[in-house]
Amino acid sequence: MDFRFDIIAEYAPFFLKGVLLTIGLSIIAIIVGSILGLVIGLGKISSKQLVRLPFEWYINFFRGTPLFVQILLVHFGLMPMLFPQPNPIISASVSLSLNAAAYIAEIFRAGIQSIDRGQMEAARSLGMTHVQAMSYIILPQALKRMIPPFGNEFIVLIKDSSLAAIIAAPELMYWGRAAQGQYYRVWEPYLTVALIYLVLTLSLSKLLHYLERRYSAK
Amino acid sequence: MIKVTNLKKSYGDLEVLKGLDVHIKEREVVVVIGPSGSGKSTFLRCLNLLEDFNEGEVIIDGFNLKDKNIDINKVREEVGMVFQRFNLFPHMTVLDNITLAPVKVRKWSMEKAKQKALELLVKVGLQDKAHVYPDSLSGGQAQRVAIARALAMEPKVMLFDEPTSALDPEMVGEVLAVMKQLAQEGMTMVVVTHEMGFAREVGDRVIFMDGGYIIEEGKPSEIFDNPKHERTKSFLSKVL
Ligand SMILES: Nc1ncnc2c1ncn2[C@@H]1O[C@H](COP(=O)(O)OP(=O)(O)OP(=O)(O)O)[C@@H](O)[C@H]1O
Ligand SMILES: [Mg+2]
Repeated sequence: MDFRFDIIAEYAPFFLKGVLLTIGLSIIAIIVGSILGLVIGLGKISSKQLVRLPFEWYINFFRGTPLFVQILLVHFGLMPMLFPQPNPIISASVSLSLNAAAYIAEIFRAGIQSIDRGQMEAARSLGMTHVQAMSYIILPQALKRMIPPFGNEFIVLIKDSSLAAIIAAPELMYWGRAAQGQYYRVWEPYLTVALIYLVLTLSLSKLLHYLERRYSAK
Repeated sequence: MIKVTNLKKSYGDLEVLKGLDVHIKEREVVVVIGPSGSGKSTFLRCLNLLEDFNEGEVIIDGFNLKDKNIDINKVREEVGMVFQRFNLFPHMTVLDNITLAPVKVRKWSMEKAKQKALELLVKVGLQDKAHVYPDSLSGGQAQRVAIARALAMEPKVMLFDEPTSALDPEMVGEVLAVMKQLAQEGMTMVVVTHEMGFAREVGDRVIFMDGGYIIEEGKPSEIFDNPKHERTKSFLSKVL
């Protein structure tokens, strides 16, 4: 079997553009997902059942249905209701963010609940409000414990953003499919794309290991 | 200072406090004793609403805790609490542990809070520990920091829930000494403890609880030397 490096060379600029979008999508999703996830995670541990319910179902829905379906629902269902011309990059950002929010909410919830009850009690007994106790006492401790699962979610996002290819968001996988469609070659584009994903996820996990060691040392 | 009337508290079907009546005057040191599970901690935690109660009335420093219009955080500013397991904030230095609430809750300047914190550290004998983290402290030191942290808010009442029960025996004395000094300075204190020597020496009054009731109360000498009730007698015979 011959391996046509010329295809890879020809597509290199596109792969580069694609990988930048892949990284961009993942970063947007991790940031927006964290903000939403914090709110949802706090909502889910509310003592009032009526408050908890919508957050629980948000998490159930986004963790219990395929991301693939969510992307299609957002792009072809939700977005056309808001914009006349849905943009696949926006649709991908939105669906990845909403999905990440559900997983990150669970990370926040688990992190917060792993902190000893006595910490909250001590803070409240000093006259702090619930919000003050959360922000000065509980969250700073919980965040440290959240680094590993949080990094894991980031890695999952990098890989899952490839599903955005289905709505023609021009990220890495999209260009892989384009090359495959143009030359009817499987190995060259898909192996290249796979390798790039591998480099991204491995470097990220190295970085996380480093952060973890630094923070647990203190 | 504290007026508790017919206080009742249940966890689901389990009634833990079955109607307590207690009056505590300013500068009084009240020691609460009783067997495990008798409701001592629950009683203490009702006094600053760490536990909500079902029935009865608690008036503390003029605040009626069942009044929907009071700000519970304002009450807690005046009621310090010391826990069995210290509950220091592990991600902060000793100094930050002590200054946090005065700065964030009382809105003191950092400078004022720091000065107060250092004074208190001298008082509890830990002036050299201001900049270390709690995990490098011994149990006795940690509990003394916890006391300093509560005192930094300048509370009118201090609640202690078995402050020495988690300590190695050789560290119990240093914590009790701090508490004794506090009592001598006129702090109003409610202390749950198994340290009968402390109760006798420092307490103005001893309350014996069992099964969610106050069985007997009185001066330490009365309770320890001349208990009236059978259950008090049998409890004391086990612990003394
Ligand atoms: N959060 C809770 N949920 C359900 N039951 C509880 C809870 N907290 C305490 N209890 C129960 O209430 C009763 C009284 O508990 P409490 O902690 O007040 O006793 P105590 O006198 O402080 O005992 P100890 O000397 O062991 O600390 C116990 O039977 C205990 O099991
Ligand atoms: Mg107890």
